[in-house]
Order: sequence, then structure tokens, then C-alpha cells
Amino acid sequence: MTKDDCKKLVLDIIADIAPDEDLTNVRPDVRLRDQLQLDSMDFLDIVMELRKRHGIEVPEADYLQLASLDSCAEYLTPKFNALPARG
Amino acid sequence: MQPSRIVITGVGLTAPNGNSLAEFRRHLLTGVAGIERIDVRYMGSQLAGVCHYDALRYQTRKELRVGTRAGSISIYCAREALADTGVSLETLPKDRVGIYIGCTEHGNVETENEVYNISKFNYDTKFWSHYHNPRTVANNAAGETSLNLGTTGPAYTIGAACAAGNMGLIHASQMLRLGEVDFALCGGVSESIHTFGIFAGFKSQNALAMHAEPARASRPFDRARNGIVISEGGCLYTLERLEDARARGARIYAEIAGYHVNSDASDYVLPNPQRQAECVRAALARAGLAPAGIHIVNTHATATPLGDIQECEAIRAVFGEGCPDTHINNTKSFIGHTMGAAGALELAGNLPSFDDLTVHPTINVDDLDPQCALPGLVLNQPRPVARVDTILNNSFGMLGINSTLIVRRFVP
Repeated sequence: MTKDDCKKLVLDIIADIAPDEDLTNVRPDVRLRDQLQLDSMDFLDIVMELRKRHGIEVPEADYLQLASLDSCAEYLTPKFNALPARG
Repeated sequence: MQPSRIVITGVGLTAPNGNSLAEFRRHLLTGVAGIERIDVRYMGSQLAGVCHYDALRYQTRKELRVGTRAGSISIYCAREALADTGVSLETLPKDRVGIYIGCTEHGNVETENEVYNISKFNYDTKFWSHYHNPRTVANNAAGETSLNLGTTGPAYTIGAACAAGNMGLIHASQMLRLGEVDFALCGGVSESIHTFGIFAGFKSQNALAMHAEPARASRPFDRARNGIVISEGGCLYTLERLEDARARGARIYAEIAGYHVNSDASDYVLPNPQRQAECVRAALARAGLAPAGIHIVNTHATATPLGDIQECEAIRAVFGEGCPDTHINNTKSFIGHTMGAAGALELAGNLPSFDDLTVHPTINVDDLDPQCALPGLVLNQPRPVARVDTILNNSFGMLGINSTLIVRRFVP
């Protein structure tokens, strides 16, 4: 998985948890909370959906790593690539 | 000191056969029921009353995803009631608005959904939703409504089984008279068709309606009635002290004339006609009315074989003979049992009688049960009448809670 693939997966999750938001121009280097209507419960949704959809665990101490799409990609891409192959 | 007179100034509702008072009333007068088949988890196809209001009219898609159906129904009804009475949220003192919403139960839907959700993950509770607690707290429907409206006065629910809709209005009247609030949104809601438990529970009680034709399934007083049609719905009113309503030139639908609430203290589920009759009599006494002064009695009857007979026994005891101008009907025959919304919705269905001088019927009575043959029953066809000045609305619930609410035509 590339970092761009990872960003796409995170955006897919955000599209479901914030269905009123226009995600076409989300800037990857800007904090998600500064450009979208997301609160702390929404970030817990992101954590939950990563767990449910992809088997990725994000411990509470690492929540800050989900601040922007870029930081998500930095933090999550190695986790995705470390997952055992499915199938 | 005379207590303040309390008046109804706005109505917002969603019923299985209408999403406004005008549409609801039109269907009650033209015999249009609102029962359909839905798929219920673990149970398959079941009869239910489903509301088809536009949930996105007053909520975002995210609010709908995070919140509950009860919250959404409440928000729709509250916003519709405010629009109906012509009050702007900008001009209301937000800390003086009370929200009092009757609920039969709350949290079953959300808990069942979460148990089902974690069943897909081998019951690992780390997949349990972080929204579970705000979704299941008992005040959820009222709390979501205050969030949506931005009102900061008291907002809570009143748990009173199927008497809860009346209780919302009764409690709001009390709070307005006490001066706790200046403006109230009150009534009842139900999201119960989204929990399999209520269907399974009534089925286990042999009290779940079955019929090949959904629209004919809810049949109080008919000899072939076989149980309850479970429905969702909501109805919230704006209530005000008369002096406040007149000061702003509000349209007045009706005045709260009297009410009473009591308890059977006799059984978990079986009604008690003696206590029901006591409840009706006490409400009449508070209203200063004799039984013959009531023009419409809207029954609670849910179409269970025994419950209908027992309510009829209570009504016969109070109204019996000598009430030639008392007409008796039942709204559940159209919309099923909307549980916590029932009292509030069924009152709304009858309020227009003050203007159109017509009593909506109880439909689906092909073969009247002799034990339910009350004088004054309005069966199958609406009845034009000479006079409607008073409406008495019964709502009774499990664990023996009884509520009677009387409204009268507003006369300055």
C-alpha cells in the first residue's frame, strides 16, 4: 500500500462518518478538524472504522497521529503493510 | 389563586398515515390506514406502522447517523410545531423553553443494534459503539431536540409506558403553571418498530396482531381482533399560558381542561377497569365537567381481546346511559399502537373536530364485539355531530399507569 492509497482509505471512512462534508478539496497537510466539521466522537469513529474494516488498532496515545491526511498516511501506511495477507 | 389557563397553540406530528395534522386528519376522515409489512430482525415480515416524514428537513445526514430515530422524530415534530404556531427560535427566550417528551421505553433499539453489531465480531466488545450511552440514556429524545433547537431550558423525557403521550402534555401544563418555563414543547414519541424485542414480547404474550391485509389488522372492538399493531410516531405540541399566547396573538387549538394520572397497583400487564374509571372521573372532576359534558371519548383500546373489554367496562361505568352527546372512537384502528406517542397523536387526530364538527370513526369493525358495544361508538364512517366542545383522551400503560386528559374548545 502506498501513502496515497492510505489517504484514500481514510477519506472513504470520513465520507461515511461526515456525510454532509464536501471532501473534494481536503488539504492533506492541514489538520482535518481545521477544515471539516469533525469532533472528538468523529475521531473515535475513524478509530473504530479502522478497526472494523481493516483490523488496524490505534492506541489512544497515538490519536494525534490522525490529525491530518498526511500524518494519517505516515502513521497508518506501515500498519497496513504489516497486516497479514488476507485471503 | 386561580391557576393559569393553559392552551395548545401548535401541533407537529408524524403518524403512519400522515406527516402533518391536515394530512393525518384527512386520512382519519377518509378511512386511510397506515399499516404495512416490514422486516424485523430475527422475526421476518411483521405488520407495523411506519412514518415516512422527511428526516432531512430539519437534520443533517450526520445528525441522523449519530442520533436515534426517537430523537429524529422528536426534532421533526418540535420543528413542525414551532412552524405551525409561528414562533421563531430567534425570539424565544431559550432558557424559558421546556421540552417534555413521553416515551414508552428507550434504548432497546440502540442496544439491540449494538449486540447485533458485535455478533459480527465474535462478541468482542471493543467493537461496541462509543455512541451507545448518549443514544440510550432515557432523556435521549428530549436531549437531541434541545441540541437541534438550541434551547437551554429543561428537556427530559417522561417514562410512562403507553400513557406517556398524555403525560407529556400533563407535565408541561404543570410546569407552565408552576412558572418553571414560559413555553413548552410536549407530547410523546416512539421508535419502537426498530426493536425486535417489542414484537417478540407481544408475540409471546399472544398479543401481536396478525392479518392478511395490513390496513385491516388493527381492529379494536371487532370480534376478530387479535392483538396490537406496533407503530412508530410522534406528536409534540406547543403549550403556553393563556395570557402569553394571547399577548402574541397565537392561534389557539384548545384549552387544557383537566387531567388525572393514577396507578392500578394490581398487575404487570392486565388493565384494571375500576382504576381506569377512577382516573376518568378524577379528570372530569378537575375539569368541572359531568360525563354528559364530554362530546368525544378517544379510547386507548389496542385491540387485545381482554384490554378492549376492560376499557369498555370502565367507560360504561362512567358514561353508561344518559350521555346522548358523547361519541366514542379509536385512532389506533388507523395507525396501530404508537406507544409513547399514542396519547399525543390520538388527541391530535381529534382536535380538528372543534372546527369540522365531525367525529372520526373506529375502522375495521366488521363484527362488533357485544362486550364492546358502548352507546355512542362511531364505527367505520365519520359522524357529523351538532356540537364538539370537549374531548377526553385515555391512555393507559403497562404496570398499571392510567392517564386521562380533557381538552375543551377555547372560549375567551
